[in-house]
Amino acid sequence: MSKLNTDTNFTDADAFYAALADVHRDRSDAESAAINARLILLLANQVGDQHILEQALAIAGQIHIEE
Amino acid sequence: MASTYTNPEYPYRRSPDQDAAAPVHHPVIIVGGGPAGLAAAMDLALQGIKTVVLDDNNTVSVGSRAICIAKRTLEICDRYGCARPMIDKGVIWKHGRVYFGEEQIYEFDLLPEQHHKIPAFINLQQYYFEEYMVDRCRQMPLIDLRWLHKVTEVTSSADRATIVVETREGPYRLSCDYLLVADGANSPIRESLGLESKGQVFEDRFLIADIVMEADFPAERRFWFDAPFHPDQSTLLHKQADNVWRIDFQLGWDADPDEEKKIENIRPRVEAMLGKERKWELEWASVYTFRCRKMDSFIHQRVVFMGDAAHQVSPFGARGANGALQGVENLCWKLAAILDGRAPPALLATYDTERQHGARENILHSTRATDFMTPKNAATRLFRDTVLDLARDYPFARSLVNSGRLSTPCTYDDTPLNTADQADFDPRMRPGAACQDAPITGAGGQQEWLLQRLGNRFVLLLYGTLPASAGQQLEAALARLKREGNRTDVLWILPQGQQGSKDNEVVDSEGVLAQRYDLRPGSAYLIRPDQHVCARWRTLDADAVVAAAHRALGQDLAEEQAA
Ligand SMILES: Cc1cc2nc3c(=O)[nH]c(=O)nc-3n(C[C@H](O)[C@H](O)[C@H](O)COP(=O)(O)OP(=O)(O)OC[C@H]3O[C@@H](n4cnc5c(N)ncnc54)[C@H](O)[C@@H]3O)c2cc1C
Repeated sequence: MSKLNTDTNFTDADAFYAALADVHRDRSDAESAAINARLILLLANQVGDQHILEQALAIAGQIHIEE
Repeated sequence: MASTYTNPEYPYRRSPDQDAAAPVHHPVIIVGGGPAGLAAAMDLALQGIKTVVLDDNNTVSVGSRAICIAKRTLEICDRYGCARPMIDKGVIWKHGRVYFGEEQIYEFDLLPEQHHKIPAFINLQQYYFEEYMVDRCRQMPLIDLRWLHKVTEVTSSADRATIVVETREGPYRLSCDYLLVADGANSPIRESLGLESKGQVFEDRFLIADIVMEADFPAERRFWFDAPFHPDQSTLLHKQADNVWRIDFQLGWDADPDEEKKIENIRPRVEAMLGKERKWELEWASVYTFRCRKMDSFIHQRVVFMGDAAHQVSPFGARGANGALQGVENLCWKLAAILDGRAPPALLATYDTERQHGARENILHSTRATDFMTPKNAATRLFRDTVLDLARDYPFARSLVNSGRLSTPCTYDDTPLNTADQADFDPRMRPGAACQDAPITGAGGQQEWLLQRLGNRFVLLLYGTLPASAGQQLEAALARLKREGNRTDVLWILPQGQQGSKDNEVVDSEGVLAQRYDLRPGSAYLIRPDQHVCARWRTLDADAVVAAAHRALGQDLAEEQAA
């Protein structure tokens, strides 16, 4: 069965991160949240494989925020 | 303040130029005896060009500033003959730890590649770096180093620059064919000519403290995001020579620089970090706001800007002095060739194009590191903290953590001086790349390094043997280049197991050279005086070598201009 790749797979990690910061530059919190939602959906479709998506969702869900 | 270092005091000396009736003319005058100015003087001396270096002070850097010296910089200094004391004195490090909050999230090993003469990085205080350069300059008869001679006026025209120099014994005038300006980031000369260095100021302040302590932890780079002892801000700890440790505390934009510099305010910060029991003393401290900026053009008629005066970066990635030396080595061989009449004046413009590319690359990397460390809004702060959180368990996130991407040599991909590859080669050593080192054995059986055989003139590197007819054609081609003044030496590389019989026949003793340069029998590389590749072939064609050398000397540019 296919496995989520958590090793580095970026062609250019720094350029990606800079572009990510750019898309959020001068945006309100609500706009940023909407941008993130759109981005996740686009990338999820690119990944496609339900099994992999579920592994990513499982890791993403393990948050520990102190309120 | 503790002091592990006493600044040398170089004496003021009166120059005969000060007694001349009319302003004395020199081919090249260099303003500024910092890393850029000193390097330029040594580089030009190695190409047979006399220089006058003017510095307004009588010593090297007061306080350290730069600490991280990259491999390429040391390779350049090795060509100048001053890398040995730097490496002997410097701290070699390759291990680093990254912390987020209370915890270490990961550690890394730079895992330096084997078979290089020079280590990947050393940490060495800037004052030592400069002192060893000054020592070397003083051994070079072509360098006239004048301390306490301050340049106060510059006038530039199409064919010369004239300057006024102020000394304790009064002012005097000089003129020159080229004025190389390396008077530092604030460059009063740049300003006086109405020129500007443009870019971005980062709205943040950093306390840089060098402390002396006997520590029981190793020479590692430790970087904290949001440390418990310094919440919400980053902290860096790094070892230098003489048990001096560099600490960088990010302070935020609202910090008061004058207050933060006071020992009574530094002490509690350091104690919070290292514990109250640890004994240490402050050696030097300063508060900085960093900026990334550069000039639109580094050349203004006969005035050429170098180092921080031309381009400035934030220190994350250690690209300031390291970038300065890459610029200097790019400039000096071109200037020497122009002054000797071996290359057209149009070649000089490629210092600007090639190093604008280098400066943009350095600014890009240090801006990205600064942006990662100081998120600009809630969204990027969330991404940064999420990256750090994931980095503990997932290697992919570590590639996104950015506390500075350390300086590596720039590849001049788009320069008009390159001859494009016609054959299939591994891209690593493509035209424009800085040559990588490799171990070799000389004809006498002695162990050597490839880079020691390159630089200061063109070198044609040949692998294997040539058929007799090709050998004759090559000889004729080299004789032609020599007649034109551009000495080009051949370095024969013999495969492992063979033995050279002449001085220019060396053996690829570990097989590393053939691998790094993707050599097959018959392969050839043409290498510029600054040790950058400009052309390569699978089969040697003597006419192509001449054409590539002419191209690298800017002759096509001159024709374009003339046309
Ligand atoms: C906190 C900090 C940390 C850093 N860390 C690093 C690092 O780890 N690695 C790295 O590579 N870089 C680092 N840098 C950057 C590095 O210090 C600079 O890039 C480097 O000093 C630039 O050299 P320069 O020769 O261009 O200028 P400078 O070193 O500023 O030298 C300019 C010289 O010109 C002289 N001068 C000025 N005006 C005149 C005049 N009118 N007439 C005659 N002489 C004059 C000055 O006295 C001085 O000697 C750091 C900088 C800072 C502030």
